[in-house]
Amino acid sequence: MARRISLKTAVNEAIDQAMQLDPTVIMLGEDIVGGAGAPGEMDAWGGVLGVTKGLYAKHGDRLLDTPLSESAYVGAAIGAACCGMRPIAELMFIDFMGVCFDQIFNQAAKFRYMFGGKAETPVVIRCMVGAGFRAAAQHSQMLTPLFTHIPGLKVVCPSTPYDTKGLLMQSIRDNDPVIFCEHKNLYALEGDVPEAPYAIPFGEANVVREGRDVTIVTYGLMVHRSLEAAATLAKEGIDVEIVDLRTLSPLDIDTVLESVTRTGRLVCVDEASPRCNIATDIAAQVAMHAFKALKAQIEQVAPPHTPVPFSPTLEDLYIPSAAQIAQAVRRTTGGK
Amino acid sequence: MEGITPIVMPKWGLSMKEGKVVSWLVEEGTRITVGMPILEVETDKIANDVEAPDAGLLRRRVAQDGETLPVKALLGVMAETTVSDADIDAYVSAYETPAAGDETDADANAYQQIEVDGIRVRYARKGATAGTPVLFIHGFGGDLDNWLFNLDAVSERVPTLALDLPGHGQSELRLPGTSLAALAAFVVHFLDAVDEPRAHLVGHSMGGAIAAQVALDFPAKVASLTLIDSAGMGSDINAGYLEGFVQAQSRRELKPVLEQLFADPNLVSRQMIDELLKYKRLDGVASLLASLAGSLFSGGRQASTPVLQLAPDSLPVLVLWGREDRVISAGHAAHAPAGAGVHVFEQAGHMLQLERASEVNRLILALVAA
Amino acid sequence: MAANNPFPLSRDALLGCYRRMRTIREFEDRLHIDFGRGDIPGFVHLYAGEEAAAVGIMSHLGDGDRIASTHRGHGHCIAKGVDVGAMMKEIYGRKGGSCEGKGGSMHIADLSKGMMGANGILGAGAPLVCGAALAAKFRGKGEIAICFVGDGASNQGTFLESLNLAAIWNLPALFVVENNGYAESTSRDYATAVNSYVDRASGFGLPGVVVDGTDFFAVHEAAGEIIRRAREGGGPSLLECKMVRFHGHFEGDAQTYRANGELEDLRANHDCLKKLAAQLTSAGVASAAELADIDRQVLALIEQAVVDAKAAPLPSAADLLTDVYVKY
Repeated sequence: MARRISLKTAVNEAIDQAMQLDPTVIMLGEDIVGGAGAPGEMDAWGGVLGVTKGLYAKHGDRLLDTPLSESAYVGAAIGAACCGMRPIAELMFIDFMGVCFDQIFNQAAKFRYMFGGKAETPVVIRCMVGAGFRAAAQHSQMLTPLFTHIPGLKVVCPSTPYDTKGLLMQSIRDNDPVIFCEHKNLYALEGDVPEAPYAIPFGEANVVREGRDVTIVTYGLMVHRSLEAAATLAKEGIDVEIVDLRTLSPLDIDTVLESVTRTGRLVCVDEASPRCNIATDIAAQVAMHAFKALKAQIEQVAPPHTPVPFSPTLEDLYIPSAAQIAQAVRRTTGGK
Repeated sequence: MEGITPIVMPKWGLSMKEGKVVSWLVEEGTRITVGMPILEVETDKIANDVEAPDAGLLRRRVAQDGETLPVKALLGVMAETTVSDADIDAYVSAYETPAAGDETDADANAYQQIEVDGIRVRYARKGATAGTPVLFIHGFGGDLDNWLFNLDAVSERVPTLALDLPGHGQSELRLPGTSLAALAAFVVHFLDAVDEPRAHLVGHSMGGAIAAQVALDFPAKVASLTLIDSAGMGSDINAGYLEGFVQAQSRRELKPVLEQLFADPNLVSRQMIDELLKYKRLDGVASLLASLAGSLFSGGRQASTPVLQLAPDSLPVLVLWGREDRVISAGHAAHAPAGAGVHVFEQAGHMLQLERASEVNRLILALVAA
Repeated sequence: MAANNPFPLSRDALLGCYRRMRTIREFEDRLHIDFGRGDIPGFVHLYAGEEAAAVGIMSHLGDGDRIASTHRGHGHCIAKGVDVGAMMKEIYGRKGGSCEGKGGSMHIADLSKGMMGANGILGAGAPLVCGAALAAKFRGKGEIAICFVGDGASNQGTFLESLNLAAIWNLPALFVVENNGYAESTSRDYATAVNSYVDRASGFGLPGVVVDGTDFFAVHEAAGEIIRRAREGGGPSLLECKMVRFHGHFEGDAQTYRANGELEDLRANHDCLKKLAAQLTSAGVASAAELADIDRQVLALIEQAVVDAKAAPLPSAADLLTDVYVKY
């Protein structure tokens, strides 16, 4: 039976069920339990935002709090993955990738290919992404394009609780390394989620709104901003289709091309910095493969090419808004 | 108001809250007869023609093409010429769409859970409480929403029940067995559990075979039998469809499979595919469906044909089929038991109860009334 | 014969170890020649001179024990039991290589033998070994994992972080510092602030042991004690093997950073293979003729490996695109 739960609960439930179903699933990260070795209670935090709270009570030492030592524990998760385990490493914020990037892009990403198809690295690296938390430049980035650039990695960024549970389950079951991006501003979002375990296959975009006039291609929090824009535009007689990519690697370019072929217009919305991001990739692929279908210039809505600012005034200006998205759509339609 | 008959947004299925008027199919001034398609409405699940529930002269098209309106919103007004335009204006402006709140609560109550033989199943109960109910039994891989256009209409006259078979819809993902006999026994135990000594069974596809098996094994439980594009009436069945349905994991894979269910493939909506995928992705569903298909329909052959074993004239039987059924050939309708009413509909496929809801509903009600 | 054997290994085991060390030496010396002829693409880092460390340690391991190697990984591979023919094909970039020609010298791996890969990124194996040891701990079968680093990579943050992680989790892990005195061309003494890796180990709360890495028996004994302790839940250790590198950092390295006569001295007076041969013959465990027979067999094995590698098919264009991701 489905019931309404938050995206944060969906993450917790997927890990819980995966651990129940498969004894090789373990989890490593900083403060994912909280209070390790301290005089007070265990499970003091359950993750920095409480996402994994309660899992320690159910699964005990299969959740390992780590030192602040990302290279070591992310690498350990990868090493354990090569040795029969299915580890989930929580990297708290995607911004911390810088200190353990080698383990991800030179080790995990390459083992299968570099070892001639004779190695599997079923590791999931969970991390929070995105701005809007007043967390400034080193805790707010949308670094998804760094990872889509690397062959061998899979990159997931869900927008709903349903997708979150199913895609995280698939990530854990998948035999390739997965960067699982959770938008911190979507944790409270509620939606219908089946209680039973299920997995959503990778590489299938979701058309979250069907429309005739313009295709918006996006993912993560920007799906919701785009839906807001579409509601506004509907009142103006502009019927917007929204494609939620869900997985950025593998990328379901077919669904994008099919949609643009129908609508003839494309607006790419990305919370990542505007150069060499997911939006520019989509724009390039559509220009290459569906140029003749285009009735107007392709538009991109992305933040400015700056670090994420701290002051709420500036951060609100930084994050792409529904109004900016609507405006970009209008530019492709000439008002209609 | 005296002499005025409203046409309102229908409610198709328990979850429908609003519908979009795609287009009117009749002009003002048309003499409407019962069952005449009068406008096309699209929901997030399916698009369908609204067929007139009442007869009359269409005086006013209130809803505009493209408008999205809540269930029971006023779509149009029928009245004889004796009613003035002013009275119609007054009626339209005074019309208030009944609040959805009560209705939604009632619908929430319509879904219930019950444990039968240790398996928790979801079912819906609607309509009057007295009288022998109609029990709707869906087909392989289906659920009670397959009766989207039937439950409400039929429950206006008689009590109705519909269940998600074990391992289907929102029932527990376990089977009481994979034989028709095991499934038939389960259905009877379900009737016992909901305190119904007898029912008019309406079965679609595999559900038809189960209903017929109930009639064979527990004749006292069955008041009548309506078999829609039913299994259990011949040996062949589309193996490609079954295999495709069991194996499809993505929208891209499932869509062409589901299109085989309808004469008009455009009836397969994104929502329909998404909801089926949500079911099919649940752990255990793929293997459960595979074992069920393996037991009942292995290699494109139906393992048993209970309908062919029914004694002639042993109970009232109605056999309905879509001529373009690509899953189970409409040719099987010829194997209907003696005395059965047989109707084969042109330009309809395997999902006849969705594709020709009004006619199916009328025929069911007529059989039940008889 | 067994009664006269003063060593802690059977005669068969000892001859097996000698054969492995000789195989490494012959493999590397042959690569030295073939690389010079331009037969081998890319670049190779040779393990010759260091054989006693790899074989001394690996003689305690089974296939369920994991190792992570370095850029100088051929010796670790051979000592861990990776097929020499497949290795040679790999280094020649051929189909049928350990990695189907997609990895090359620096990435030879064979998970079925517990060999988690040579590694082009210095120090990267240390966190992986923490994970392998963690997996072993969960499995609870007494398996261990061993990380090899050179003295150069011992300064990587990954290595130091891994010592800490292994220590706090009490992992069945062993960190081997192969100290050959040079990080590429830079001397160990310049690049590393402590003189002894025992000091570094104790800084992380780990026991540390220093051993003469050119003495097979010294390595074998020290590693044996540390490995036994790790298998029994006694936690991780660090083992420093002081050893010598007979070739340059990579092939083509003119090694002008060495002192005059340094290499000649190493080869003459610090050759671990000569030492082992002398120990075995003087103790009467094996005759010089027996060892020479092994040498001949090894030479033939390597010669055949090269012949087979050169005859093996090159990868096809289709192979370019396979094995990036799992096939569903």
